[in-house]
Amino acid sequence: MTEATETPGAHGEEPSRRDFIFIATGGALAVGGAFILWPFVDQMNPAADTLALASTEVNIAELEEGQEITVIYRERPHFVRRRTAAEVEAAREVNVANLPDGDARNFNIAAGSPATDENRSAMTAVVSEGVEIEDAVRASLLVTSANCTHLGCVPTEGAGDYGAWFCPCHGSHYDTSGRIRRGPAPENLSVPVMTFTSASVLRLG
Amino acid sequence: MSGPSTYEPKTGFTRWLDSRLPVVRLGWDSFVDFPTPRNLNYWYTFGGILTVCLMIQIITGIVLAMHYVPHIDHAFASVQRIDRDVNYGWLIRSIHAVGASMFFLAVYMHIFRGLYYGSYKAPRELLWILGVVIYLLMMAAAFLGYVLPWGQMSYWGAMVITNLLGAFPLIGGPITEWLWGGFSVGNATLNRFFSLHYLIPFLIAGVVGLHVWALHVPGNNNPTGIDVKSNRDTLPFHPYYTSKDGFAIVLFMVIFAFFVFYWPDALGHSDNFIPADPLVTPALIVPEWYLLPFYAILRAVPDKLGGVLLMFGAIGVLFILPWLDTSKVRSMRYRPLARWFFGFFVLACLGLGWAGAALPDDPVPGLGAVGVDFLMMGRVLTVYYFAYFLVILPILGFVEKPASRPASIEESVLGNSSQSAPAAVPAE
Ligand code: HEM
Ligand code: FES
Repeated sequence: MTEATETPGAHGEEPSRRDFIFIATGGALAVGGAFILWPFVDQMNPAADTLALASTEVNIAELEEGQEITVIYRERPHFVRRRTAAEVEAAREVNVANLPDGDARNFNIAAGSPATDENRSAMTAVVSEGVEIEDAVRASLLVTSANCTHLGCVPTEGAGDYGAWFCPCHGSHYDTSGRIRRGPAPENLSVPVMTFTSASVLRLG
Repeated sequence: MSGPSTYEPKTGFTRWLDSRLPVVRLGWDSFVDFPTPRNLNYWYTFGGILTVCLMIQIITGIVLAMHYVPHIDHAFASVQRIDRDVNYGWLIRSIHAVGASMFFLAVYMHIFRGLYYGSYKAPRELLWILGVVIYLLMMAAAFLGYVLPWGQMSYWGAMVITNLLGAFPLIGGPITEWLWGGFSVGNATLNRFFSLHYLIPFLIAGVVGLHVWALHVPGNNNPTGIDVKSNRDTLPFHPYYTSKDGFAIVLFMVIFAFFVFYWPDALGHSDNFIPADPLVTPALIVPEWYLLPFYAILRAVPDKLGGVLLMFGAIGVLFILPWLDTSKVRSMRYRPLARWFFGFFVLACLGLGWAGAALPDDPVPGLGAVGVDFLMMGRVLTVYYFAYFLVILPILGFVEKPASRPASIEESVLGNSSQSAPAAVPAE
């Protein structure tokens, strides 16, 4: 092969050293580029200290029946509501099959569990060893995320068709179990992981 | 029209420079001797106005960044401090905040101008698409900027808009967390939004460069939509259009200054004077006025994902517009049907803005009696918005009989004594 007839990479010819260098360089740049791109993408994900955000403890002893407080857990507001017997009753009477979202959306139990009130209330919370707490109290407590599942606004307490929560942003109505009943929101308000660490303290997370 | 260069360096230094870095030649050919149709009207001055707006935002922004603190505990107070304590901070912040609105006012004039005179048609498709890219970047910059003062509207606007992305199945959740850098809109979010708000205007400046480049290959369109045929159709950019643009810029600045000095908060929202509170949502969340039509389109659909897709689609359709309009005639001056549909389109956009600002369930004044609420109005206008691009313009090209056009740009301006005035005057 003389210099004059050599065209790099021409068909039917032995690949030259130049072809090899060309392909190897291109390959190294592509793979290396992909590897170095990832750190620049991933740096935007929640950092380790954010992920490790401490749990939030709620003093439930001072909660009166029918009273609601809003606490921050993992940067997000959460409703903690000690419901009246009537509210619990209303929530239990609902036929789950007719709900827009039939999933309990409760991180304490298996995903896909039906959205009964029992599956949404603090009945599903872990009770630490040695802690005594009445069933009626557990059943009356409801803890949910306070961000509307539509676009994240905080619904107003005691309003809407179900006398529970109404989101003013685009008109979503939630019932006394925090389940979506009417409006654009697609899901029930989610229930965080929770543990009764004593008879008066409920720990979220 | 990028013909041979007419620049002749006259001094020793400019000759020396020209053979090394012909930057003066570039400026001369682009903005001094550039042949420009002689019939451009005032709708054509918004390009120059937009350039000024971008420069104003960048200069005032860089100054604000010297005093602004991107931290959730300090951002609100630092902006108040700019307003009250920093020397002339009130002025510079007011210029920046009002400037964003003025920027959008100008860009809407510029876009509607293009729609009316058919400036998106061949050979200017890429020029148009670059313009839509600039518009998208502007919306991103304005949204991010509005978050920075960390008032209630800042916070909840950021919340609602970032949650929109959560509508996408599977990837939605991870993407929103990636954007937030946490479990919700928080300090990490504010920090990165500041960084990106600083970046985007410089990207815009880059795309503006491409936009002007793409303009200077085919040259300007003009109100007749007819191609330039001879140099009798054109005038050199300087002094004719430098002075016309300059005059328009001065008028625009008068309006700008009126808002800056006499009504600086008119275009903002009073809820943004309340510091961000993650526990309380304002009763009515609305974006800045220039984004309201898209907000109305978002709300027109009962389904979350559907609404998001339609909203992005409203801008997406602009990208393919050059291939949707089938008419061979560029300017709507000579399209007797199209100009009506265009008029309704402008009204539809204004109506969508009105619907976006209102509560969806409220009755429309005057139409409430017949049961029309803002949601329904938003829906009807959304249908028209899309129909204009996807149905009306494609069909009209085949069924419409265009009016007769002048033989040349020169004739449309100077006429030949017999058939002069009436045809050319009105739309200016
Ligand atoms: C395309 C150009 C730009 C647009 C449309 C824009 C828009 C905005 C808007 C709407 C606000 C909120 C104003 C308020 O209500 O207070 C804002 C704030 C801010 N912008 Fe920009 N901006 C642009 C360029 C820049 C640049 C280039 C910088 C920095 C170099 C910058 C720095 C800031 C800072 C520090 C604030 C927070 C202070 C304040 O709220 O007034 N901006 N911007
Ligand atoms: S955010 Fe609650 S209804 Fe839209």
